[in-house]
This record gives sequence, C-alpha cells and structure tokens, in this order.
Amino acid sequence: MLEVRGLTVRYGGITALRQVGLEVKKGEIVTLIGSNGAGKSSLLAAVMGQVRPAAGGVSYLGKEVAGRKPHRLARQGLVLVPEGRRIFANLTVRENLLLGGYAHAHDKQAPQDLEQVYGLFPRLAERRSQTAGTLSGGEQQMLALGRGLMSRPRLLMLDEPSLGLAPLLVAEVFHIIRRIHDQGVTVLLIEQNAAAALHIAQRGYVLENGRVALSGSGPELMADGRVQRAYLGME
Amino acid sequence: MSLAGRIFKAGPLPDAAGTRRRDTWLTLAACALGGGLLWLAENQAGGYVVHMLTLSGLFVVLAVSYNLINGFTGQFSLEPNAFVACGAYVTALLTISPLEKEASFILEPLIWPLSVIHLPLLPALLIAGLCTALMAFVMGFPVFRVRGDYLAIVTLGFGEVVRVVANNAQSVTNGPLGLKGIAHLTNLWWAWGLAGATLFVVVRLVHSSYGRALKAIREDETAAEAMGINAFWHKMLAFTLSAFFEGMAGGLLAHLITTISPSLFTFFMTFNLLIIIVVGGLGSTTGAVLGAILFTFGGEWLRVVEEPATLFGLDIPGIPGMRMVVFSLILVGVMLFARQGILGRNEFSWRWLLARLGMGRGRA
Repeated sequence: MLEVRGLTVRYGGITALRQVGLEVKKGEIVTLIGSNGAGKSSLLAAVMGQVRPAAGGVSYLGKEVAGRKPHRLARQGLVLVPEGRRIFANLTVRENLLLGGYAHAHDKQAPQDLEQVYGLFPRLAERRSQTAGTLSGGEQQMLALGRGLMSRPRLLMLDEPSLGLAPLLVAEVFHIIRRIHDQGVTVLLIEQNAAAALHIAQRGYVLENGRVALSGSGPELMADGRVQRAYLGME
Repeated sequence: MSLAGRIFKAGPLPDAAGTRRRDTWLTLAACALGGGLLWLAENQAGGYVVHMLTLSGLFVVLAVSYNLINGFTGQFSLEPNAFVACGAYVTALLTISPLEKEASFILEPLIWPLSVIHLPLLPALLIAGLCTALMAFVMGFPVFRVRGDYLAIVTLGFGEVVRVVANNAQSVTNGPLGLKGIAHLTNLWWAWGLAGATLFVVVRLVHSSYGRALKAIREDETAAEAMGINAFWHKMLAFTLSAFFEGMAGGLLAHLITTISPSLFTFFMTFNLLIIIVVGGLGSTTGAVLGAILFTFGGEWLRVVEEPATLFGLDIPGIPGMRMVVFSLILVGVMLFARQGILGRNEFSWRWLLARLGMGRGRA
C-alpha cells in the first residue's frame, strides 16, 4: 500500500534520512520506532509531501506521490494524525470532527461517519459543543484520532499518539488503535513507546540516526537483544 | 406549537428546524425594523446625521469583508485601500457623463472606451466589484505564496502600487487631479442595502463548511491541509469575495463624497479598518459591525473634547487635535483590558438575545 524506497532527506547540510526503505501492506499494523531525532518525523513529512526528498521515492497505492500536495493525498485516504495532536483549539469538538471529514462533507454517508466516531469515543459525544482546547490531553488525543477517522483513511499514519499521556490513557489509545485496525484500516504507527507499539504491530522497523537499523515481525523485534537493551529497558 | 409559543414558553427544546425558522423570522423582523428606522432617519434627521449613517453603512461593508480574510481566515493582509480605490475609480469612470469627463481631463484626454461610456449606478457598481475581485484574484497568486508577516508586507506593497498607479496613469485616472463631478447618488438605502447583502453572504459563508475550513486554516494551516483542505484556494475565495464587496463599497464611497483623488486611498484607510476589526474583535462579524459604527460616530462624538470648556471654574481653550489623543488613549485602553476586542470571537445570536431577555430557553 505504501512503499518507501531509498529515501534521503536533507535539511541544508544535515542529512535527516539516509536511504530509508520500508513497506506497509494492506491490512497491516506496522510500527516505526526510534528515539528522538532518529528521523521519524522527517519520514512522515516526506511521505505527506511537506518536504522534498533529496533522493529516493514514495509510492502510495502503486503511484508515485513524492511532491504531491498534502491535501490531495488526504483525499486519497492517506491520513496523518500529527505529532502533538494539532487539533483546532478554538473550534468545537464537533467542528474539529467535521473538518476531518471535509473531503466528504457533501455525500450522504457523512452524518454516519460522525455517529461512528461518537460511538467509538463516547467522551467526544458528551463534549461535542465544547471548544477543543478545553479538553484534557487524553481527550485531545481521542479527538485527533477521531478527526483522522473522519477523513475515511485507507492508511492511517499515527505520529506518537501516546506522547505525554498517562500510562492508563496510553493503554486506552493502543486499544483504540487496535479497534480501528479491526475495522479494516491499515495503520503505520510511529512511536517512542516501543513496548506498546511492538505489542500490537505485526511488523516493525527500528530507525537510528536516519537509517533503518533493524526490521522484522513484532515478536522478533521484541526478542532481539539490541531492541531490548535500547528501547525496552531490559538488560 | 405556534411560533409565539416556542418563543415565549419555556418548554422542551425546540427542534433544530423550528429554531431556524424562528431565527429567520426574527431576522426578517429586525431587517424591517432597521428599514423603518432608516426611513425615519431619512425623513426626520438632518443631512449631517444622514451622511454619517450612510458612511457608517459603508464602513460596515468594508469592515465585515476585511474581517473575512483577516479575522476568519487569519491572513493578516493590508491592502483594502487598493480595493476601495479600484472600486471607486471604476465606478466613477463608468457613471460620470462624457461631457464632464472631457471637462475634467485637462492634462491628457481620457482613453477611448471610457471616455464615451455612461452607465447607471447599479451596473457600474457590479462591474467595479467584479474588476476588484479580478484584481484580487490575480494578486492572490503571488501574495499567498507567503504567510504571516511576509504576507502583511507584500499586501502593503500592493496597496501602495495601486495608489501610485492611480497617481500616474494620467489618461485613465486623471492623476493627482482626481475625478470630479461624481453625482451624489449614494444614500442610506444604497449603503445599508449593500451592508445587508454583505452580511448575508459573509454570515452564510462563515457558517458553511467553507467557513469551517477558513477557520481551520487560521488555526493551523498544516493540519488543515492534512485534512484535505486546499488552503490556497480557500484563501483565494475569501480574498476575492472580500475584494468584491470592498470594491462596491469604494464605488458607493465615490458617489457619497463626489470627488476622489489618489491621496484619499493611502494606507491610513487600511489602518482605520484594521483598528475597526481589531477593536470589534478579529473573527467576529458582529464585532466588525459594532466597530465600524463606533468608529464612524465615535470620531464625531469626540469633537466635544476639542471645544472650549469650563471645568471646575477653569477655562480650558479648545485644543485642535485633542480628539486624536483621546482616541489613542481609548485604543490603548481597549488593547489593555479587552485584548480580544469588544466581542472576541463571539457572535450575536437570537438565542443569546432571547436568553438575555429571559424568554424561551436559552439553548437550542
């Protein structure tokens, strides 16, 4: 579904990504783990057409997408839930969700989309006319996820959905990601919380200093000594 | 339940369609009342009051449409003086009689098609609006390549370009001499009619899914694009639409003050509009209307402070220019104590008013 080949991204003289390759197949949950500055966000920016790669390419649904505008990709079901949530703080919860469904605002299914999201996140239904900025951190992450779902994703890319959340909420977020996946959405999960991410992912990639250092199935990576030491805090 | 029952009896929340119907009726009633008041003013009030009311109507048009791009879309731009100038010149050139044009273009004659055209006000206004919108459309391509402070500077530059062109295109604009002999056609009805039309279009737009998209662009442009919103074309839509109304308002302004010259359309015009929408509340149409009316009349009320007065037995001579000092102090006060402007981003709604009056249930 998504294929990244030999992707190199440079900012001025700094190389953020070096010959990175990865693949997400239809129906998978794939995770990309790595510490701060490993190049996770640069990869997403390149996929979403926000930065132009110095070399290599990205294809989505079999078509080359490098250099295509972000809003066009979104309309084809390539949906990003950005790091730090980036909800529209001064608009209401309902307005945020409706904006997520902007590309489909005028077809008959649109009201059902909204009801589905409210079904998945009852808290958002309760707070639908509150401004989004007044929600708690966990609720804001739910809103960001819900807004992403409103775009009818085929491939949902989640950038650090557990960032800054309490452990109990992290578990809830991962539970919801699994439910979203069960509904037939392919997921690319970018995480620092390697344990939780590898737990729900079928395959994973480990990004280090702009390169793919390791890749394999979720259980394989969990069992790998280097991953255990560096990301899982085990000796 | 009857309409009156819905309004006056607290009961279960009226359904959404019923509320909409109630609001439509109330809005129509308010329009009729406003029309009645205008009729009363036209027949009873003096010429000066009528002139000020007309002017405030035009400022409402300008502020509401300027607020669409600056307040709702969050694109800090500084070019309305260019749009007003464009509208004023186009309308005036179309409505002044060929004889009058021949008499006033003394340095260089007016170029051909314009020199013989003589149109009534309405078509001239519409053409002016369309020309201004076209100018905004063309201008939008380079302008919206930049954001934030850079956008402000680029649009400011465009505003100056238009003024300089007006000053130098002798055979079209009559240069610094300006256009004279524009018929005094703008009355209360033209000004407030256009204000009503502008309000109708802008309020409808803001409440549509386009309006939501504009606000999303204001809040976070990158996130909005990730949602499938084409930020560039949405900005263009807001920009061209506001130019259309600003151009028409410019045309009416020309027919209110009857002479125009490039010096009328300096950056100060933009600056005044900016004050209006910031004081009213950026991103609030109600705030823009309120700001426009306060600004037009406030300047006149403040004349009191320039008159000689006796305070506590002390004779104070009239100080010319004093009202600008007081005006600045008021501005500083508003910015200190109500940074979001008078209304912030709140809007007037019938629901709010009815709740205030203790009628009906406030919600729905």
